[in-house]
Amino acid sequence: MNWLDTILQGVLLGGLYALFAAGLSLVFGIMRLVNLAHGDLIIFAAFLILFLVSALGLNPFLAAVIAAPLMFAAGWALQFLLLNRTLGRDILPPLLVTFGLSIVIQNGLLEGFTADSRRISAGTLETASVPLGPVNAGIMPILTFASAIIVIVALNQLIYRTAIGRAFRATSDDPVTAGLMGIRHDRIFALATGLAMVVVTIAALYLGTRANFDPSAGPARLIYAFEAVIIGGLGSLWGTLAGGIILGVAQTIGAAINPEWQILAGHIAFLLVLLFRPRGLFPRAVD
Amino acid sequence: MRLVETQGLEAFYGDFQALFGVDITLDAGETIAIIGANGAGKTTLMRSISGVLRNRPESIRYKGEAIGALDAPDVMARGIAMVPEGRRLFPSLTVEENLLVGAHGRKVAGPWNLDAIYDLFPVLRERRKNPGTALSGGQQQMVAIGRALMSNPDVLLCDEISLGLAPVVVRDIYAAFPRIRESGAAIVIVEQDIAQALRVADRFYCMMEGRVTLSGRSAEVDRAAIHEAYFGAGRHELA
Repeated sequence: MNWLDTILQGVLLGGLYALFAAGLSLVFGIMRLVNLAHGDLIIFAAFLILFLVSALGLNPFLAAVIAAPLMFAAGWALQFLLLNRTLGRDILPPLLVTFGLSIVIQNGLLEGFTADSRRISAGTLETASVPLGPVNAGIMPILTFASAIIVIVALNQLIYRTAIGRAFRATSDDPVTAGLMGIRHDRIFALATGLAMVVVTIAALYLGTRANFDPSAGPARLIYAFEAVIIGGLGSLWGTLAGGIILGVAQTIGAAINPEWQILAGHIAFLLVLLFRPRGLFPRAVD
Repeated sequence: MRLVETQGLEAFYGDFQALFGVDITLDAGETIAIIGANGAGKTTLMRSISGVLRNRPESIRYKGEAIGALDAPDVMARGIAMVPEGRRLFPSLTVEENLLVGAHGRKVAGPWNLDAIYDLFPVLRERRKNPGTALSGGQQQMVAIGRALMSNPDVLLCDEISLGLAPVVVRDIYAAFPRIRESGAAIVIVEQDIAQALRVADRFYCMMEGRVTLSGRSAEVDRAAIHEAYFGAGRHELA
C-alpha cells in the first residue's frame, strides 16, 4: 500500500463528504431541523443534473449552474410550505416528515428514472490527473476538495460578515426576540434551506461524476453527512471539513487493506471519535 | 398626537385569560409607566402591543391604524420597538452585532445609529467586539436598550429593565432616559419599582390581575391609592 497516495485520496474524498455535510450542518445550526431526506435530495439533484446533461446536451458544470437556482427555489418552497409547519417544541414531527419525504423522493426517482445505476459523464476530466510530488491526484477529486473549501469559506463569510448571516445567528439563538427585530424566522429558515440546496447541488455534481448512483443511494450519503457533522462538532463548518477528511481517510485506508472494509472503517473511525470526543472535535462554544 | 391606544384589550395564553379589557393611551413625546406586582399583566400588555401576542385588530391602535392582529415584525416596522424582559441578547452575536440587528426590519434615518448609542452608553464602545452575553447585567441592559433604539422607533417599550440589577446600576441606566426622550421617542416603562417609575414617567397606569386599577399623573399621585391599586387592599371599593 502506498500510504501517501492512500491518505491523499482519502483527504480529497473528505471534500465530497464535507459537501454532503455542509448543507445538513447549515440547516441544523439555524433551525435545529434534522433533515432525514438530505441524502435523497443530493440524489435528486444528481438526477436533475443528469437530466439537464442528457436532455439538453449540457456540460455537467453548466448543468449544475442551472440546477443550483432550481434547487434553491425547491428548498425555499419545501421549507416555507412544509417543513416550517413541523417545527416546534416537539422534535418528532420534522423527523417523521423528512423521513416520509425521503421515501417519497426515492420512489419518485424510481418512477422517473428506473432503478438503473447512472453516472454523469465529465468527459476527459474524469481521467485527467496532475502529479503532486511522488503521487498523482485526479483533477475531479481536487476540484471536489477545492469546491468544499470554497463553499465553507463562502458560508462562513455569509454567516459572520453579512446582515443575512446576523439574522441567521439571531434566529438560531432566539426566534421570538429576532421577531422583535423585524426578522421573520419562517423566511430565514426558507432561505437557509434554499442555500443548503445550492450546496447539495454542488455535492451532487461531484458525487454523480465520481461514482454510480441510483434512486436508493440517498440514505448512505445521509449517514456520511451525519458522521462528518458529528465528528467535526455541531455548528462548525470547518469542523465538518475535518470530519469529512477523517471519514474519507479512514475509508481509503480501510479499502487499501481490504476492499470490503471501506465502509466499515469509516464507521469505526466515527465511533472512535464519538467514544473519545463525544461532542466532536470542534464543538461550538455557545450552544 | 395619539400614538398608541388600547381599547378593551383582552389577552389569552391558551385558555388562561391574562388581560381583561385594558384601556391605555400614549401620546407623542410622552413617557408613561405601567406598574404592578408580579402577574398583574404588565408583560402581557407589552407582548400584546409589540405583536408577540396577537389580538383582535381593533383592540390596539397605532397612529389610528388597527394593529392588534399584526405580528412582531410588522409592528416593529411601523416604529414600535421593544426592550424585552430579561434583556434577551443574542449570545452568538457581538455587542455591535446585537445593536446592528436591532435595525434589521426598519432602516430609517433618525437620531439613533451606532455612534449615537455608543455616546449614550460609552462603556459599550470599548466592549463592542465582545459577545453580548460576556457583559455585566447592567451593560447587557444597555445593549438591549440600544438595540431597540437602533430602529429609530417612535415608541419604545421597556419591560422590567431594572429587574435583577443593583440600584446603582439601575440609576445609571435611567440616567439615559432624558436623552432618549429628547430624541423624540415616546416611552412606555414597565416597572415593579414604583418610585423609580414615577420619577421618569409623566403618567402611570397601575395594574392588578389583568386590569388597570388606577391611573393618573405621576406628579399628583396619592401613595395610599397606589398601595391599594397595587396590592389589592380594599379593591372591592375600587371595583
